[in-house]
Amino acid sequence: MDYTREGLLRAYRRMATIRQFEERLHEEIAKGEIPGFTHLYCGQEAAAVGVCEHLDEADKIVSTHRGHGHCIAKGCDVIGMMKEIYGSREGLCKGRGGSMHIADTSIGMLGANGIVGAGAPQAVGAAIAAKAAGEGKVAIAFSGDGACNQGTTFEAMNMAVVIDVPAIFVFENNHYSEHTGDSYAVATGNDIASRAEAFGMKVWRANGSDFHATYETMAKLLDYVRQTGHPAAIELDTERFYGHFEGDPQRYRAKGELDRIRDERDALKTFRKAPSTRELLEEGELDAIDKQVAELIDRAVEEARGAARCDPSQIDEDVYAAY
Amino acid sequence: MTVMNVRDAINQTIHEAMERDPSVILLGEDVAGGAGTAGGQEAIGGIWGTSTGLVGKFGPERVIDTPISESAIVGAAAGAALSGMRPIAELMFADFIGVCGDQLINQIAKFRYMFGGNARCPVVIRLIYGAGMNAAAQHSQAFYNLLTAIPGLKVALPTTPADAKGLMNEALHGDDPVMFFEHKALYGRKGEVPDGLHRVPFGHARMAREGGDVTIVALGRMVSFAEKAADKLAADGIGCDIIDPRTTSPLDEEAILDSVEQTGRLVVVDESPPRCSVASDIGALVAQKAFTSLDAPPELVTAPHTPIPFAPELERAYVPGPPAIEAAVRRTLDWG
Repeated sequence: MDYTREGLLRAYRRMATIRQFEERLHEEIAKGEIPGFTHLYCGQEAAAVGVCEHLDEADKIVSTHRGHGHCIAKGCDVIGMMKEIYGSREGLCKGRGGSMHIADTSIGMLGANGIVGAGAPQAVGAAIAAKAAGEGKVAIAFSGDGACNQGTTFEAMNMAVVIDVPAIFVFENNHYSEHTGDSYAVATGNDIASRAEAFGMKVWRANGSDFHATYETMAKLLDYVRQTGHPAAIELDTERFYGHFEGDPQRYRAKGELDRIRDERDALKTFRKAPSTRELLEEGELDAIDKQVAELIDRAVEEARGAARCDPSQIDEDVYAAY
Repeated sequence: MTVMNVRDAINQTIHEAMERDPSVILLGEDVAGGAGTAGGQEAIGGIWGTSTGLVGKFGPERVIDTPISESAIVGAAAGAALSGMRPIAELMFADFIGVCGDQLINQIAKFRYMFGGNARCPVVIRLIYGAGMNAAAQHSQAFYNLLTAIPGLKVALPTTPADAKGLMNEALHGDDPVMFFEHKALYGRKGEVPDGLHRVPFGHARMAREGGDVTIVALGRMVSFAEKAADKLAADGIGCDIIDPRTTSPLDEEAILDSVEQTGRLVVVDESPPRCSVASDIGALVAQKAFTSLDAPPELVTAPHTPIPFAPELERAYVPGPPAIEAAVRRTLDWG
């Protein structure tokens, strides 16, 4: 695969942004500054970025409750996201959605979603629109090993094949659906891709904690989908560095598991070690990006803390376009 | 003006919308009817006859026969709408909202609000509803009450061919999700339909009759039953205002309150069961906002708090009919 310096720097910046955004939220949530439920994407950065680096704004994605990474990878404004999570009316969704409902349809990000499995049918609809437009665009449903057990996901995969639309089902298997292991909850023995295959789709598998592996596999998948217009699926094996939600004591983890996955399956460390990275980029360039991202996240938190709060008199705005 | 029935008015409206706007698509079970069979793609044309001729004209890319997957049908309509299309999705029976409830109440209804006003989800979900075919408990329900209760959804229930066209066109021109309830027993009802792009604004009731003594607010098929009751009452010199709200969300409160302020008497007729119903909602509205105008307690004529039975005798007993409406009107007059 031919990588460019610009492409790799961009991908690293996106992954570093997700990582630092989430690590910082973990700290701020512990301080009690942030209301509501938050599900952190830390550990899965290579999956979102390895997929979305192939997309432009006309390609659509639908996301999950663990959606911050998909939002950042698709290009949502990071400061607007932070303000949203802090519940400010300056947030990307005016403080009405919060962590689980961040969206920016103007760039093809059709929404994080609090209902596990709700997004897959919506991606089929977005793929109907892509097919009608006839410009080779695609619609991607991010789902986890939890959502792969929802009937909506099955219905969506079947319908995508039946009506033949360019929907792509990306299954990020982080091995836990909430607090339950995939070896228990996924009846096909940890294997999600075979389910998609059974619906008549071509499927791929990749290491979702490795940007290069995900990006290269997605290139093949997207070549196929953009050329044929058929749906496809990919299973990405990845890891969740935090709990299901912030505050989850994670008593289900094996002893030493968190240290092991942070050590062996950290997408940012893996990225730095990849031959193409070593060939094209200097360590110092990546260090500089880390520093710039840290400044961005500092600024995001600072601005979110000082941002205008929501006004109760605006509670009924935007329920309808017109009523 | 052309005389046609509700079925043909809906069919014509969809035809015209698809001709006018390439972003309008129709999807649902058997909306073309016959895909993958020896009979061919257009063997059925929709079991209700409302999509006849569409696939032949617009092709299977825009008139999409789906598998039996209600969540995926409604979810796909949602995703297509978020991506700039104007999908019309058909639920062959409104009862199937039990299957796809999440996509309706947690997804479509909430996108615009949750996303800070930055999303459009202009879907029209066609829900075929109502008792009268002995289809029993899972194929007969009048579920507009459930969806009227959900902020973010609009709910239309046309009773005339002209309103079927006008409300459908209005739905297809707005940017909000519309739950479009079509009563099975009204498909054959005939009436004059304006030609061209006829639109009926939401939240504007139709005054089906003016009588001045008692206000009857009737929903869907109940309008025609209220008219029958009013004919009998007229023979005794009792005049009824009959209000057809046409949409329950938004609801034309003003039309109802104006009438009750004149008559002092309210009867609401609703095919749903009584608890948490549109009838109880309108009763509460009048009790709160027209209390001093009332000369009698509001009467709610509804289905009983039971599932819908199969046996013809039982189904007839379930559906509110003209005699029950007539008796309710007379009870309001007994208060002097």
